[in-house]
Amino acid sequence: MARSLKKGPYIDFRLSNKVDAMNEGGKKTVIKTWSRRSMISPEFVGHTFAVHNGNKFIPVYVTENMVGHKFGEFAPTRTYKGHINKKDKGKR
Amino acid sequence: MARISGVDIPSNKRGVVALTYIFGIGNSSAAQILAKAEISEDKRVKDWTDEEAQAVRNIIAEEFKTEGVLKSEVQMNIKRLMDIGCYRGLRHRKGLPLRGQRTKNNSRTRKGKRKTVANKKKAVK
Repeated sequence: MARSLKKGPYIDFRLSNKVDAMNEGGKKTVIKTWSRRSMISPEFVGHTFAVHNGNKFIPVYVTENMVGHKFGEFAPTRTYKGHINKKDKGKR
Repeated sequence: MARISGVDIPSNKRGVVALTYIFGIGNSSAAQILAKAEISEDKRVKDWTDEEAQAVRNIIAEEFKTEGVLKSEVQMNIKRLMDIGCYRGLRHRKGLPLRGQRTKNNSRTRKGKRKTVANKKKAVK
């Protein structure tokens, strides 16, 4: 179910405040964030975010194409590297 | 046999049905086109006059994305998802369903034909 347009996009206000401060100061640092549910707004382009995946932070460099997606989409929470071959068992 | 929108040759079927043979035109857009061209939906394609066929061609060319253009647009959208490395892009790369469906069983449309992996040994009595 898509979010109602009336409400506008959801962005964690603490996160957008941090980005606004950085844009004003002209600084570029990696911002750690747990807010996977925040939508990537056009102001975020060019910054790097460290998005939490439940275990560690995944660095995400935001490009123009990513606008409108959410941070969580870029930090996968599951690891699956295929089934273990019987012969290779124990090597991992 | 009429050629409409590139290579498509809808046959001697009813107008609405024949138009849906074009990639990118379904039932509702076919009905829209015929309404705009003021052709009865039940009129067979072979009974169309040249002017009517031309009117249909013009409407499709102006208002609808069909065939190659549409297919390439779809491919571009998929490529975009894969390039930005988002979850849906990763699923496209792996050929798995994108929208959270289960993959333990089923989802054969995305995964293709079953590929059997290991031969389970029969229990020796």
